[in-house]
Amino acid sequence: MNPKLFVAQRLSAFVLAAAVAVHLTTILYAVRGGLSAGEILARTHGNLAFALFYAAFVIAVAVHAPIGLRNVLREWTPWRGRSLDIALALFSLLLLALGLRAIYAVYV
Amino acid sequence: MTQSASALEIEVWRGAEEGSFQTFKTPRREHQTVLDVVTEIQREQDPTLSYRFACRVGICGSCAMVVNGRPRWTCRTRVSEVLENGNHIRLEPLRNLPIVKDLTVEMTAFFDKWKNARGYFEPGEKPAGDFAVVKPDSKKRRAVDESIECIGCGVCYSACDVVEWDKDYLGPAALNRAWTLVNDVRDQGNAARLDAISKSEGCQACHTHMNCTQFCPKGIAPTYSIAGLKRKVWWRAFWGIS
Repeated sequence: MNPKLFVAQRLSAFVLAAAVAVHLTTILYAVRGGLSAGEILARTHGNLAFALFYAAFVIAVAVHAPIGLRNVLREWTPWRGRSLDIALALFSLLLLALGLRAIYAVYV
Repeated sequence: MTQSASALEIEVWRGAEEGSFQTFKTPRREHQTVLDVVTEIQREQDPTLSYRFACRVGICGSCAMVVNGRPRWTCRTRVSEVLENGNHIRLEPLRNLPIVKDLTVEMTAFFDKWKNARGYFEPGEKPAGDFAVVKPDSKKRRAVDESIECIGCGVCYSACDVVEWDKDYLGPAALNRAWTLVNDVRDQGNAARLDAISKSEGCQACHTHMNCTQFCPKGIAPTYSIAGLKRKVWWRAFWGIS
C-alpha cells in the first residue's frame, strides 16, 4: 500500500468511526416506538443535513473499502498490478454510485 | 553430568523443502541447551546433520531454529524450557526462508531486505565535521536504545505471518533496523529510507500480530518500531514532514 492510500484509508476510517456511531445511534433512537417507511421518508425528504451526512458516509466507504479489499487480495491471491488497481477503482465507483443514488432516492 | 542415558527423544528435520523427520535419542544433561543437543547428535551420531552456529553465547545470531513449533535461539534455550511430554523436542529449520539442508536455511533474502529497507548508515554527501552530541535521555536516542540490540538471527522473520503471505514484505528485522536509523540524528538518508520502507511491501503491510515481538530473543519489539515507521510515513505523506 503506498503512503497516499495508507493516509486515505486512515482518514476515511476516522470519518467512518463517527458516521457509523451516529448512524446506529440514530436508528436505535428513531425506531424505539416503531417506524414505518412513510415516517422515514417524511424525515428524509428535503433534509439537507441528512443528505450531506450520508453523502460523507458513502464517500468514506467508497474510499475505505476498496483499499482494504486491495490489501486482502494482495495478501491472499497472486493478483497484483494495474488490473487489480483498475478493478478496485471501479468497485469504488460502484459503491459511490449505489450509495449516492440511495441518498438521492430518499431525499427528493 | 548425565542425568539418564538416552533420555531425550529429538525429532530433527532432514532434507530440504522435501524431507522428513528423523528421531535421535540423546542423553539428558544438566543445564543442557538445545544447541548442545544438536551438536551432540552431529558429533556422536550423524556427522551429515547440517546446522549453523558460531558463538554459542547469544551474540552471533546464527543458531536460530524452530523448536517445538516456536522459533528460538538454540544456544540460549535450555532443554528444560522446551521439553514436551517429558523428553520430546522437535527441531525444524526457520520458516519463511528456503531450506538448504536439514536445519540450515538460506538467509540471503532476509539480509537483502535490510539493504532494500536502506538499513545502513548514510553519512551524507558532506559528513559532519565534528562529533554529534546525542543526549542519552533524548527521545530519539531512547527509541534507538530500545531497538538496537538486534543480532540478525531471523527468529522474527520466521515468526511473521505477513512474511509468510507476502514474500516481498521487508519483515520485522529490516524495518526495525530502518527505525533505529530514522532516529539516528547523524544519518542523512531518511528521505530515501522512508521511500523505501513505505512501498507496498513496507511497514504499512504489518498487521500488528506481534509475533516478532513475542519471539525476539533479545526482547526487542519490532512491532513498535514498525508502528513508529508508520507514524513517520503518515506525517510525511500527509504534511510532507519527515
